[in-house]
Amino acid sequence: MSSDSIDMERRQFLTGTATVLGGVGASVAAIPFVSTFQPSARAKAIGAPVEANIDQIEPGQRVTYKWRGKPVWIVRRTEEQLKALEDSTAVLADPESAKSIQPVFAENSWRSLNREYLVLVGICTHLGCSPSFRPLLSDEIMGADWQGGFYCPCHGSKFDLSGRVYAGVPAPTNMDVPPYKFLTDTRILIGESEEAGS
Amino acid sequence: MKSVIVKNLLGLRNWVDERFPLMQLWNEHVGQYYAPKNFNFWYYFGVLALVVLVIQIVTGIWLVMSYKPDANVAFASVEYIMRDVEWGWLIRYMHSTGASFFFIVIYLHMFRGIMYGSYQKPRELLWILGMCLYLALMAEAFFGYLLPWGQMSYWGAQVIISLFGAIPFVGETLSLWIRGDYVVSDITLNRFFAFHVIALPFAIAGLVVLHILALHHVGSNNPDGIDIKANKNAQGKPVDGIPFHPYYTTKDAPAVVALLILMAVVIFFAPEMGGYFLEHNNFVPADPLKTPEHIAPVWYFTPFYSILRANTVNFFMVPAKLWGVIFMGLGTMVFFLLPWLDKGKVRSIRYRGWIYKTALGLFVVSFLILGYLGLLPPTPARTALAQVCTVIYFLFFLLMPFYTKWDKTKPVPERVT
Amino acid sequence: MVKIITYLGLIFWAQLSMSAEGGTKLMQANVDIANTVSLQNGAKLFINYCVSCHSAEYMRYNRMAKDLGLSDDMVKKNLMFASDKIGDTMTIAMTPDDAEQWFGVRPPDLSVIARSKGVDYLYSFLNGFYVDPSRPTGVNNHYYPNTAMPHVLWELQGLLDNHGDAYQTSADGEMTPVQYQQATRDLVAFLDYVGEPAKLVRYKIGFWVIAFLLVLFLVACMVKKEYWKDVH
Repeated sequence: MSSDSIDMERRQFLTGTATVLGGVGASVAAIPFVSTFQPSARAKAIGAPVEANIDQIEPGQRVTYKWRGKPVWIVRRTEEQLKALEDSTAVLADPESAKSIQPVFAENSWRSLNREYLVLVGICTHLGCSPSFRPLLSDEIMGADWQGGFYCPCHGSKFDLSGRVYAGVPAPTNMDVPPYKFLTDTRILIGESEEAGS
Repeated sequence: MKSVIVKNLLGLRNWVDERFPLMQLWNEHVGQYYAPKNFNFWYYFGVLALVVLVIQIVTGIWLVMSYKPDANVAFASVEYIMRDVEWGWLIRYMHSTGASFFFIVIYLHMFRGIMYGSYQKPRELLWILGMCLYLALMAEAFFGYLLPWGQMSYWGAQVIISLFGAIPFVGETLSLWIRGDYVVSDITLNRFFAFHVIALPFAIAGLVVLHILALHHVGSNNPDGIDIKANKNAQGKPVDGIPFHPYYTTKDAPAVVALLILMAVVIFFAPEMGGYFLEHNNFVPADPLKTPEHIAPVWYFTPFYSILRANTVNFFMVPAKLWGVIFMGLGTMVFFLLPWLDKGKVRSIRYRGWIYKTALGLFVVSFLILGYLGLLPPTPARTALAQVCTVIYFLFFLLMPFYTKWDKTKPVPERVT
Repeated sequence: MVKIITYLGLIFWAQLSMSAEGGTKLMQANVDIANTVSLQNGAKLFINYCVSCHSAEYMRYNRMAKDLGLSDDMVKKNLMFASDKIGDTMTIAMTPDDAEQWFGVRPPDLSVIARSKGVDYLYSFLNGFYVDPSRPTGVNNHYYPNTAMPHVLWELQGLLDNHGDAYQTSADGEMTPVQYQQATRDLVAFLDYVGEPAKLVRYKIGFWVIAFLLVLFLVACMVKKEYWKDVH
């Protein structure tokens, strides 16, 4: 056999180096394959912010826009409805919006940039149905105490006219407020807000 | 800390080994698989083929995430991958480059088999399985090439399928059946997608397993063509053999890296390879109403395409077109017969005489010339040359039982050199 | 012996390579897609002269903005006439059917024209127009005889007769011949970029990938040599 013995240290060192380098190479090679799962340019283009015109909305009326495949509601609330928001705090599960998703400017009772206009993602936070619009105070079906809001027909969750969830219903959190901003007094851009990380 | 991890890993290995022949398989096929110690350059291409197969499968899976097999949007979906999908361009180029590299590696791998007589007894079945793999690979490439739905995709498929139409009596019906429609259409695209993504990859994977099992059952050949199992030591191991691990794992690793380097050069600096890996005309969306001036198959099919075109004479009431199809088919199938055509007393070219070496040399040269001619539009001079080369090509096989017997071989050594 | 074979082989190869096809020899485009200013100029020409009839339906405006170092606003104001969203692709209003009716053939989408025809052809084509009263458009082209495309850039180049001289009664173009060649070079460079936006990054990435692999190759070779000391 060989006259000089096996240099185990050298062998281990070289094998270790090769393994580490190979591992690094494999990890870097994996990056494109993982990264490619991210939304493509087309997805981002389709999911781009949507412009909404609010000058035609009547007080008490709701209009619906589509953003990222989801319904986004713009509700023009009346003074009466806005006042009812303050009074309904007792029946709500999370009146301060501590547990729900909304931009910083919506962490209050009216949950919007402009008190009159609510911008809300129209999807129930329970299992994803789209709730119905029940704006009338003291609605026939909803009962005499109803302060106006949204009712989800799938499992009976109730939300007020800021999308805040009632206590004791299946839905766990308030409905999402999307990022948005005013481009002019009458045009809203849904999908982008002035805050960082919108 | 390290010994704790190692101890736990060993424990896990033992747990599995009690319930699954893990260590048995490892030893049989890697750790204690004794391979001849004189493997040379030509012995890299088997493992390189396996690496390319893995690359094709992984990149293929990722491409299918975004590709759409619908004639209206297929071309657009490929451009979507190239532009809109993060790193899509890289995955696409890896797949297109891998396809061409697969054939380069496989042709070299097959050539090794011919040179060293690896098809001779007891490896005839190994050779047959390999030839089945070659056919499967050609089919896989053919089906895959329709998917981008460019002009070459469409018209290449149209031409090859219509070759089946040349078969008498059943031809037209057969073409209709293959296409699923009166012309190559969305229906054809969808079924070729199923073949390319599911049917053939399974077939290839299965055949690879059988191929390696057949190899390990009889043991590997070597450049001297001698049987290393004839000479065993006291432990029952071939004296001219070495365990695959760590010797051939460490020897193959740099070869794999070298392959990756070559592929990277193409992928990042010349993915089209002058129009040979990605053909220029395939960047024009398929147009059933407009045939391109010059339809040629991709480079790896051109030798057989040349043989097809070389047939220009109507013989014995059989039209030239049909002779072309017949000889093109025979050109691939004749390889299956090698184990029985070769009457030589030795395996390896190293111990063959000048007759065999000349024959093999002529075969290789004519194969290369045929390949080159297949890339070009035909002219009378080129067709004549193709005919000469086609004759040489087939004579290599037809005359083999004779010249391998007459060939004056050299004495084969007992031990590897 | 080897020399003789090589010599014969070369002669043979030359014989075979002689093309049966004719055709005017193409001009050299010499584009440089690393030159961002050239690409920007090409983009401007493309949007102003080409996108009225030719779509580039796989090229997004915001991708072009990012790659060419232009702001989204700048692109929206100056380079978008056919779409209104920066994420849109360069589609056109003309339908293929209308196009075929008006021009006899649909003006092809130009997204990957540089990959199918090559930059030299495109450059030659744009420089190859000459006056031909027998054609409905009044012009013909040395590199694509009887093209249905009018000489969209005629104001820049002026009109030439089929020998390359100024056509009888026409005025000079806005650009000198050298300026026009540079303009068409920029336009073709832009088309080259549009054909494959990834080309801007793949050379750089490739360099690092190969550099790493070379190091890995050397280490792997050293491992092999070390283990094979056992084998004799």
